Amino acid sequence: MGNAPTTPARKLTDAEARLAEIFAMQQSAGAPQLAKLRTAAFDAFSKTGLPNRRDEAWKYTDLRALLRDVKPLAAPPEESAKQHARNAATLTGVASRRVVFVGGYFAPALSDLADLEAGLSVMSLSEALAKGDAAAMTQIGNVGEVDDPAFALNTAFMGEGVVIRVGAGVCVDRPIQLVFVAGAQPATYFLRSLVIVEKGARATLIESFEGETAQEYHVNAATEVVLEEGASLERLKISHEGAAAMHVSTFVASLAAGALLSDFGLNLGGAVLRNQSFININGPGAHAAMRGANILKGKEHADATLFLDHAAERSESKALFKSVLDDSSQAVFQGKILVRPGAQKTDARMMARTLLLSEGAQANCKPELEIFADDVQCAHGSTVGALDENLIFYLMARGIPQAEAQSLLTEAFVGEVIDAVENRSVRDALSALVSERLRTQ
Amino acid sequence: MAAVEETVEQVRRVGADQYKYGFITDIESDLAPKGLSEEVIRFISAKKDEPEWMLEWRLEAYRRWLTMTEPKWARVDYPAIDYQDLYYYAAPKSTAGPKSLDEVDPELLRTYEKLGIPLHEREILAGVERPEGEERPRVAVDAVFDSVSVATTFKEELKKSGVIFCPISEALREHPELVRKYLGTVVPTSDNYFATLNSAVFSDGSFVYIPPGVRCPMELSTYFRINEKNTGQFERTLIIADRGSYVSYLEGCTAPKRDENQLHAAVVELVALDDAEIKYSTVQNWYPGDENGKGGIYNFVTKRGDCRGANSKISWTQVETGSAITWKYPSCVLRGDNSRGEFYSIAISNGRQQVDSGTKMIHLGKGTTSRIISKGISAGRSSNAYRGLVSAHRKAEGARNFTNCDSLLIGDACSAHTIPYIEAKNPSCVFEHEATTSKISEDVLFYCMQRGLSQEDATALVVNGFVRDVLQQLPMEFAVEAQKLISVSLEGSVG
Repeated sequence: MGNAPTTPARKLTDAEARLAEIFAMQQSAGAPQLAKLRTAAFDAFSKTGLPNRRDEAWKYTDLRALLRDVKPLAAPPEESAKQHARNAATLTGVASRRVVFVGGYFAPALSDLADLEAGLSVMSLSEALAKGDAAAMTQIGNVGEVDDPAFALNTAFMGEGVVIRVGAGVCVDRPIQLVFVAGAQPATYFLRSLVIVEKGARATLIESFEGETAQEYHVNAATEVVLEEGASLERLKISHEGAAAMHVSTFVASLAAGALLSDFGLNLGGAVLRNQSFININGPGAHAAMRGANILKGKEHADATLFLDHAAERSESKALFKSVLDDSSQAVFQGKILVRPGAQKTDARMMARTLLLSEGAQANCKPELEIFADDVQCAHGSTVGALDENLIFYLMARGIPQAEAQSLLTEAFVGEVIDAVENRSVRDALSALVSERLRTQ
Repeated sequence: MAAVEETVEQVRRVGADQYKYGFITDIESDLAPKGLSEEVIRFISAKKDEPEWMLEWRLEAYRRWLTMTEPKWARVDYPAIDYQDLYYYAAPKSTAGPKSLDEVDPELLRTYEKLGIPLHEREILAGVERPEGEERPRVAVDAVFDSVSVATTFKEELKKSGVIFCPISEALREHPELVRKYLGTVVPTSDNYFATLNSAVFSDGSFVYIPPGVRCPMELSTYFRINEKNTGQFERTLIIADRGSYVSYLEGCTAPKRDENQLHAAVVELVALDDAEIKYSTVQNWYPGDENGKGGIYNFVTKRGDCRGANSKISWTQVETGSAITWKYPSCVLRGDNSRGEFYSIAISNGRQQVDSGTKMIHLGKGTTSRIISKGISAGRSSNAYRGLVSAHRKAEGARNFTNCDSLLIGDACSAHTIPYIEAKNPSCVFEHEATTSKISEDVLFYCMQRGLSQEDATALVVNGFVRDVLQQLPMEFAVEAQKLISVSLEGSVG
């Protein structure tokens, strides 16, 4: 009765047609590495096309409507851009080992790869693929099962990034910071990184994205992380893109028994930002702490989509996301906790809090639980609201001007997420970034 | 080992027998031709002696329905429904022509007696005992049997206070202006696949109008019974509470045990004008199918209340234990300033039942408030999902919502899901949502059993404590029944 699934051939959007064109060009320019993987990914993408609001996972970030045209793939950067990238400012106070990418290309001259700690290997993706790095070849695209069009596009077009390996039992104290600086021209960047932390090893990874241009450019970044038994990784991601930039990033992690992942994403700017994380907890006793903060202004739109897949016993996950929305900015939080059959004694908690500071601001929140095991503790919560009038009054009654009182309270609101960052110098730098952002109008 | 096997055996037996309303009334029925077509719709409309505009309304809905596709987003899984393999109209032959209560077929009266629903005005709902001397509460009942209303009690007495309480087909004949003014204004014919189908083929249901300033003198209730084989029930209920009025309405439903699935697609529309209050309570106990998932009712229901006036209030309370599939989201559109919506729900699933239920609170007016308390209990191999939307539009200044949805899992083959959507477009709104999932703590069970309770009694005690918030919202008459239902539905889930 008119219910037969009909799939009329949909007319491709301009952006989709352009992507297909670029993909064909890429293929005819001589088979790139991982050609099979790329083709399979592009085919998967073509089946659905760009996600729109009818796709549940992209309900509040309609990429089909937002991505009107596709900027050309990035060309090698000019010398001036490289010069400019020297001033890349994010977290300069942190004594990190910087690996710099300018306009989508690795900039060895700006990077610090000398005297790597014993057991640590850092290589650009192109170098790893050229060398035929076995791990890179087999692990890329296989860390977790991710069925997502943006990630598929990244796999099809992946350009540059890093392959990092931390050897078994090695503890790398100095944070490794990947600095991605956008070029001056409109372009599309497909960045892809792979991080393998072997048994019992430990490391800190920072990914910072920045762009100064007012031109529209598109970043599609993906990071895959493998945490072997007892491995531990603290990851921080800071997006401070240009005012017209669109940034979509996918984070895929697999956690073996006893592994520890601590993740923090901070969104400070960009027209459209989406951070999607797919965390596969495959080993018993693994622990994932996922945190995020959005500080948005103007018409910025930020989307944090989180999928926590508990497939093993006694695993834990904690998620805390905070958004501060000013002007007519928009924040989306979608979090799903899945507890698979047999994943008994799972303890999963998720919290999303949003602060609305202005008339036009908008928050959409969808925290989901999907539970197939009975001996578990799962909870999620979500709040949306304005600053507490009583608290402002309290501060004002003590002589603090209203604006100051508001920013104090807002800072404290965001502070809760930042306080959990383990690395002290990074934490201080993040706090400074946040208060600067909150105080600039 | 022996003890375990014994328990398993017991569970199996209880599972098969626990639905006590599964009998079939042997009565001759008047059926519409099988299948769905414009002719069938004309047939239904003619049977009900409807005005021309109503037939047009139905046909328009039918034509729209033909262009729609069945929604697939819910967490339920069922074989495709053949909409041509159903009877869209079934009425006991003996109901032809209007009748007074005394003339109702005794076979029908016996059926309702067996269900504990008295159709004689001197009686009261079964299961309620009050101390000597205390006045027994009276409840007016509209009894709907398959596609027709067979009796409505206390009509005359209600008329004295100006309350209209009658089958909707009668309202269409006697108060067409009221029906036409409100029908489809809360759930438009184009609303969703099942609501559109209902708009085309709806047969009976209740119509309630409470005039301004009147507090309805007694509880109103409708009791739905599906009896005939291969039929679907498509009732339509419309309740209007005019300015400053109050009504409490109860709804109950059962069906016989049959091996094939039966479709129930109802639409309920509530309209509350300024300062009015509607309290709508449901005890849904459709046949849930056997332990292997064979048979049972497919329950696809659209229920929505419109707080149209300022300071109006609509409250939904539901106890869901039946149906093979439940797809139902009683909602409130909080249009009037300072209006209030409430949703209290207990959804219990056992066997192979699949529940996807929840609510929507749509805040449009200033100072609107809403509260959602939802308790889901899954046992056996069932799946139980809460799906809800809380949204505040730009003008909903000071909107306030509190949501609490908890799930309890009994056994390791069932699942629980929580899918809330929270959309805030106004900075002055305050939305809070919390949800938890857990199992009955073994410590608590041990504590009870150590004091001499059996495991089942202990479980029932814990479960009753878990759902108490919601049970307290039910009118007395239903609370008793609901409490019994909860223990029946969970029987056999421990072991």
